[in-house]
Amino acid sequence: MVEKSFSAVIALIRGIGHRLNTGLQRLGFAARFFVMLLVYSGQSFRRFHLTIREIYFSGFQSLLIILVSGLFIGMVLGMQGYETLQRYGSSEALGVLVALSLTRELGPVVAALLFASRAGSSITAEIGLMKATEQLTAMDMMAVNPIARVVAPRFWGGVISMPLLAALFSAVGVFGGYLIGVVFIGVDEGAFWSQMQGSVDFRFDVWNGVVKSFVFGVAVSLIAVFEGYDAVPTAEGVSASIKRTVVYSALAILALDFVLTSFMFRGL
Amino acid sequence: MSRKLLDLWVGFFVVLGFAALLFLALRVGNVSSANFADTYQLTAKFDNIGGLKVRGPVKSAGVVVGRVTEIRFDPQTYEAVATLTIDSRYQFPKDTFVSILTAGLLGEQYIGLDAGGDEKMLSPGDVITKTQSAVVLEKLISQFMFNKASDGADKK
Repeated sequence: MVEKSFSAVIALIRGIGHRLNTGLQRLGFAARFFVMLLVYSGQSFRRFHLTIREIYFSGFQSLLIILVSGLFIGMVLGMQGYETLQRYGSSEALGVLVALSLTRELGPVVAALLFASRAGSSITAEIGLMKATEQLTAMDMMAVNPIARVVAPRFWGGVISMPLLAALFSAVGVFGGYLIGVVFIGVDEGAFWSQMQGSVDFRFDVWNGVVKSFVFGVAVSLIAVFEGYDAVPTAEGVSASIKRTVVYSALAILALDFVLTSFMFRGL
Repeated sequence: MSRKLLDLWVGFFVVLGFAALLFLALRVGNVSSANFADTYQLTAKFDNIGGLKVRGPVKSAGVVVGRVTEIRFDPQTYEAVATLTIDSRYQFPKDTFVSILTAGLLGEQYIGLDAGGDEKMLSPGDVITKTQSAVVLEKLISQFMFNKASDGADKK
């Protein structure tokens, strides 16, 4: 009896150690992979049409989901914001509320979450399947570097697309807030825009949002290409990598958002 | 898909993204009033700045003429020192009166400049000492309460 529970504890400790060990190993490989990616980026930029192709697949094709979600989030913000603000008799501040919450937080974060599940997962699936069908090995055999040919364009395509998508998300969201607030509810149009312009600062609010979405773009794209490249080359392994891409991207986005926000808006 | 068509759609996407950024910069935010081209700095000393914040507006006759760029505490005189960055299109007389005002009942606090009648103008780096501190609500209420109490005592 005692011996049985003792061996169970040993197995538990061994399991934790094993997980920690693989986790650290993967983190180290991810760091080495990121450096390799940056080194071979120059080589891949010489054939820039590869990156353009990836901007099309991950950026342009995400437009629909980004624009529609942005519009609806802006409209919900307009309704909820109006409901709360009119209790304090300051419904004219609706524009400020919608614009600040979108440019500072919701735009970059929600756009990045959508991007991770729409484009990140498909990047992981593509690279993972390429590995499973030994296309990456075949490229290596033909003296074509798979990181420069396959990985780097997908990474940079994501990094370039992300800030543009986040800006579009915020812009469409502000339009959605305008639609609900001004057109349907009837908040004064002049007050809506002028109060918004009075309190949204380009440097502090809009530009910080762009910086955030750039950082999220790097994080999401790196996780997506790394999980694909590191996938166990079986059907099950690829599916597990896709799952990990979505989960890790979401966690990374939210954690980075907290860190960046506390740096950017401290003391304001 | 041919490379030309791909380039076209990606170009369209990039233009759309930058248009959104421009919209955020010009229509949602306000680049033009946030940054003044030429500025000069003035310093004002207050006994109490209340809730004034860095980047708060400096207004004269209700028009934004500058921003508060720095607030620090002077340990020698125990006063708050605010640095005001003023658009250099606007010059103010030497006896300009600086006060901390509140927009609306619960609104943000800003600095109001009331121009005096002096012939000489303030030059960059000047220190303004004719200031009025922020109204602190608690002090106002306690003053009111003391007055009421002393009124009641007089009547007895």
